[in-house]
Amino acid sequence: MKALLFERSLPKFAAARVASEWRSGSGARVGPLRLTDVDEPGLPAPGWRRVRPRLSGICGSDLATIDGRASRYFEPLVSFPFVPGHEVVGELDDGARVVLEPVLRCAARGIDPPCPACAQGQTNRCRNLAFGHLKPGLQTGYCSLTGGGWGTALVAHDSQLHTVPDSFSDRAAVMVEPAACALHGALIGRGTAGHDTAVVIGAGTLGLCTVAALSRWRPDIASLVVVAKHAEQRRLAHDLADCTVVEPGELARAVRRRTGSLVLDSGQLTGGASLVFDCVGTSQSLASALAVVEPGGTVVLLGMPGEVKVDLTGLWQREVSITGAYAYGTELMVGPGTGTDAAALPRRTFDLSFDLVADAGLERLVSALYPLSRYREAIQHAAAAGRRGAIKVAFDLRSTKKFRTKEIHS
Amino acid sequence: MSRPGFVLEVDRSTPPTLCWHGEGFRLLRLPEGSRILYPPEPVEALKDPDEAIRQALLNPEGDMAPLPALLRAGMRLTIAFDDISLPLPPMERPDNRQRVIEAVLDLAAEAGVDDVVLICALALHRRMTPAELRHALGDRIYDAFAPHGLLLQHDAEDPAALVHLGQTDHGEDVEINRRAAESDLLVYVNINLVAMDGGHKSVATGLASYNSLRHHHNVKTMQHSRSFMDQTRSELHTSNWRMGRLIAASGVKVFQIETTLNTDTFPSAFGFLQKREWEWGSRDRASFLAVSKTLERTPDRLARSIFQSIKSPHKMSSVQAGEVEAVHAITTDNVYRQQLVDVDGQTDVVIFGLPYICPYNVNSIMNPILVACLGLGYFFNLYRGKPLVRPGGVLILSHPTPWAFNPVHHPSYIDFFEEVLADTTDPVEIEKTYEERFATDDWYRHLYRTSYAYHGVHPFYMWYWCAHALDHVAGVIIVGGDTKAVHRMGFKRASTMRDALEMAEDIVGRDPSITHFHCPPMMIADVH
Repeated sequence: MKALLFERSLPKFAAARVASEWRSGSGARVGPLRLTDVDEPGLPAPGWRRVRPRLSGICGSDLATIDGRASRYFEPLVSFPFVPGHEVVGELDDGARVVLEPVLRCAARGIDPPCPACAQGQTNRCRNLAFGHLKPGLQTGYCSLTGGGWGTALVAHDSQLHTVPDSFSDRAAVMVEPAACALHGALIGRGTAGHDTAVVIGAGTLGLCTVAALSRWRPDIASLVVVAKHAEQRRLAHDLADCTVVEPGELARAVRRRTGSLVLDSGQLTGGASLVFDCVGTSQSLASALAVVEPGGTVVLLGMPGEVKVDLTGLWQREVSITGAYAYGTELMVGPGTGTDAAALPRRTFDLSFDLVADAGLERLVSALYPLSRYREAIQHAAAAGRRGAIKVAFDLRSTKKFRTKEIHS
Repeated sequence: MSRPGFVLEVDRSTPPTLCWHGEGFRLLRLPEGSRILYPPEPVEALKDPDEAIRQALLNPEGDMAPLPALLRAGMRLTIAFDDISLPLPPMERPDNRQRVIEAVLDLAAEAGVDDVVLICALALHRRMTPAELRHALGDRIYDAFAPHGLLLQHDAEDPAALVHLGQTDHGEDVEINRRAAESDLLVYVNINLVAMDGGHKSVATGLASYNSLRHHHNVKTMQHSRSFMDQTRSELHTSNWRMGRLIAASGVKVFQIETTLNTDTFPSAFGFLQKREWEWGSRDRASFLAVSKTLERTPDRLARSIFQSIKSPHKMSSVQAGEVEAVHAITTDNVYRQQLVDVDGQTDVVIFGLPYICPYNVNSIMNPILVACLGLGYFFNLYRGKPLVRPGGVLILSHPTPWAFNPVHHPSYIDFFEEVLADTTDPVEIEKTYEERFATDDWYRHLYRTSYAYHGVHPFYMWYWCAHALDHVAGVIIVGGDTKAVHRMGFKRASTMRDALEMAEDIVGRDPSITHFHCPPMMIADVH
């Protein structure tokens, strides 16, 4: 089968890192990623299925990996060579369309009893990502045994599969995974006091999905400020929520106006927003978040940060909390703003995400589709998405032989 | 004898006309039949201004005793004076304020008055820096008063320093500086650059609080002033006059001293700016070329600093003192004598070349809001009778309009531009939705009181200034402006004057009548 394969090669890692300094996404040309023929992955155990990806998104973490900028923290949590791609809508052998929940937690690894986190449904916090009958891999798309969305076939455990309603287009379905990530982060901080002002930094896929989630699930937030660098991002943020959209350089002033803060000579606000969602994950975005969060407030890191350099003195002096928001699991729908019925039951983030994608019309965030053969263009497009007026770029595998044959037969 | 203003009809032999463009100029070749309004030449300056001031103080106008008769030992004397916004450009030393205040202080000293305080009547403008105060008042005054805390700057946000004198019969609060109101005598020293300055506006605006100013600095007042240069038809002035009379009725004794300037605006290196192009000599042409070529190669910041360092040679052309209204009637006549230009009828399109300076960016940046205010507020209102442009006509402004702000002087302008104009450009909506929040913002209040920032509400007033023009014209085009900044304000942008005129034709039809307002030097179009 055709697949984009990511191999361990230190010289190519180095080349990708150097090239990406010049232009983001250049790692696709010189790095360890190549289009090749590989064997279809075998089914590791009972309860596993073969999935034929239809659309498979390109995520920020994929780009960081391809460009050699991902943290070495992940090294023990991946196994080489692997086929990337974890934002997947695909098809089972029986023709059913499914969305992949890619975290390779205890259930997928044949570990029983599961770890305490998995037992509670917090599968994103699974303690066994490098153990069990699979090779290490925190998600499908980083494990050498499972294949990934950037190939024409992968294997997935039943616990990873969510049936796609007929009403969902493939474009909508491919947004369920990134929207679930955003939703999980957006729900942090519920149940505490109401929030006058919240900030979302970044308006790429993750940022916009967060904006959509906040507007629908967080009525406890009175005022939302979104930082968007590019015109199309600004337009979509306005479409998705009743919010104020500002350019990066305007953030501190916008938050100051809303919160009635004073400003120190350093630019640090004396007050600020009680919740800040950093959907970028750079030193700069984290510094911006810390500059506008109120004393005692919370910064939620949604964007994968990697190694960042930031002055934490203000965090210490103002007793600010930073919390990570990785992937998805089970959301305890309690606290203000959740419906009476929902409050009674924990719900899978993915289930909520299907609702979010449908309600907010997130399929409009899919801007461009590429065949695998044009992967270099696709990755460069994704790396420059904001500048080029795009949000989500994905691979379209529906024209592969399997699907063509099926279409002809049907 | 200076020559009066002049309306030139462009024909084939007309040389290109100079058009201001921020910190620079452009030469325009206008279509035949276009009109160019040239300002009157500078009227004769007072031969001995110090003697003229002395005579004015000794022979006051209206129902007012000579100044020496009002001064006595043991009294409280306050001298208020106009701030950095006047004159434009700042004048060469000695400034009119220095001459007049020195004369007043001499008389006060002779009378044994030792409780004297000077107050800069800045209303909601930024405070003046020590260097600016020293320039306006001279070393002698500055050194005698500033070190002892007797040179104050009005603080419209200090409740303890304000006193509420009552309400006019129109329900307008009159709240002014307490020291000024509670003095035995308030001497106000003014510079009348244009006809809207002075009169009751000096005290009722210059020494007032936001609570008081909001009654006339609002959209309705601005829209009902036809124009600010004609007090008899200006709602802004009518309101100030009501307040001024209430101030007088409250027992505040105001001795008003008003001075006018001639329009000798630019130093000799820029002498070509004072002349009509067909009268340029070889020296003028050489100066123009040298200045223009140099500016083309000069970074913006340096060009700004060069222009802001210009000190104008304009001279005192008259001085009158005494009762406010009697004084101001003479002052206004003197301003009209210098600045009025007879114009026959309106035109479809009016071109304003906007210079580098307006009242609110002295030693600062002309940000986009000030560009709009200078074009649609000041220049558009430089008329008597009716506007130079017809209803439904087009205004073409020429200015680079950079998206640039001075964060020290104009912090609330930045927020106004980023937040308010991003939402709406409608002055009525802006006033209703945003004014109060900006006006009462603690941060702006802090910066206004302790730094050199304009008050939080000030950008709103700049935008309200535009309200009359925005109501009147059908289109505003800015030639050479920054695209994003121009669009943020809801205007159109053109690369060249030719493009702008073509765009204007889409609004007013083909072969429009065109008038170029060749200003500065200052003038007022008396449109019949």
